[in-house]
Amino acid sequence: MYEFKYHRPGTVRQAANLLVKNEDAKLIAGGHTLIPVMKQRLASPPHLVDLSHIEGLDAIEMKGRSLVIGATARHAEVASSAIVGEAIPALANLAGGIGDPAVRHKGTIGGSLANNDPTADYPAAVLALGATIVTNKRRLKAEEYFQGLFSTALEADEIITKVMFPLPKKAAYIKFRNQASRYALVGVFVARRPSDVRVAVTGAGSEGVFRVTAFEEALKKRFAAKALDGIEVPAEGLNSDIHGSAEYRAHLIGVLTRRAVEAANAKE
Amino acid sequence: MAKISLIVNGNPVTANVDPRTLLVQFLRENQRLTGTHVGCDTSQCGACVVHVDGKAVKSCTTLAVMADGHEVKTIEGLAADGAPLHPMQEAFREHHGLQCGFCTPGMIMTAIDIVHRKGHELDDHTIREELEGNLCRCTGYQNIVASIAAGAKAMAKSDLA
Repeated sequence: MYEFKYHRPGTVRQAANLLVKNEDAKLIAGGHTLIPVMKQRLASPPHLVDLSHIEGLDAIEMKGRSLVIGATARHAEVASSAIVGEAIPALANLAGGIGDPAVRHKGTIGGSLANNDPTADYPAAVLALGATIVTNKRRLKAEEYFQGLFSTALEADEIITKVMFPLPKKAAYIKFRNQASRYALVGVFVARRPSDVRVAVTGAGSEGVFRVTAFEEALKKRFAAKALDGIEVPAEGLNSDIHGSAEYRAHLIGVLTRRAVEAANAKE
Repeated sequence: MAKISLIVNGNPVTANVDPRTLLVQFLRENQRLTGTHVGCDTSQCGACVVHVDGKAVKSCTTLAVMADGHEVKTIEGLAADGAPLHPMQEAFREHHGLQCGFCTPGMIMTAIDIVHRKGHELDDHTIREELEGNLCRCTGYQNIVASIAAGAKAMAKSDLA
């Protein structure tokens, strides 16, 4: 790891000022993506701005019909939160399946979304549920937020402060894990929302998280696994690597979506 | 250099560290607490698990500066020198939950964290799921699982948490 200067701001405003003042500064919260990347010297930010001591930035609460999760809420907190379990159990379940228990004690929702790893779990939930990413500057809809591999709409001095999830009628997330890394080989989040159905896929797309509109239209007509009979997901644009071919991932998307629909229906 | 103050195994510690120092490096090289091990150095294997503010974390993926102001507990902090072992340590001894012993400090720190979160009556399935982030290359896990189940029960009757 190369040298850097460490900053520990007490407020989001101070953190944003540090980003403006120090070019190439990076934010850190749980550090479970950034520290490994820095160890490998794939990143060498001259300044680290630690968000993990900003009070209230990890709050989890209901605001009207939305579940609001603070950026530094750790996966373990989301997984065990009674508020999340009541509002969107599929989201608690997703958080409880990230990495392992020790990783979940450190990793944060904001970190996962800011990094936008193409195999991370949270992007699938955010896109399927139609969540809003709130930053120190503006509100971003999920559809405009994710912009490809490790790319987001965030500007250099922009900081995620919270994520607002509108409540779905039903939802479920099913992940097929890479046994070694515990990341999603394919993960599918299905949400039956008041006005539509969304199916978001992580782990498979060469451009990161994406929606399967053919599945969404069929499920909107009838929210049952049967409704997907005969609809294939094309392998084009999916990842091929030592863990699985594009064809295998395409197959998994179909299997996992059916399982997710069944899981969502079973939760009544 | 950055000045950090934290509690390590109940003792206040102040030190000047390079900000890029990992918590595990700080514990082993600065504090000479070599019970915490570095296995994979990529947050997979769990040999480096310690408790920060009572929660199991991988100290190879935590910066020492991030622990400033917090409370750290390592395997050395479970029982005083010469005193009886912590019930979880004793259970690993009793049930032969180790062979080479390299993963054991991390296993025990994780095991105690499991008991804190899941209680004293742990079935095998729960223990195996919870050991997701701790690798052992010797035992095949059977005796580790047995040790944790027994240690969890023993902790209910002990003053050592």
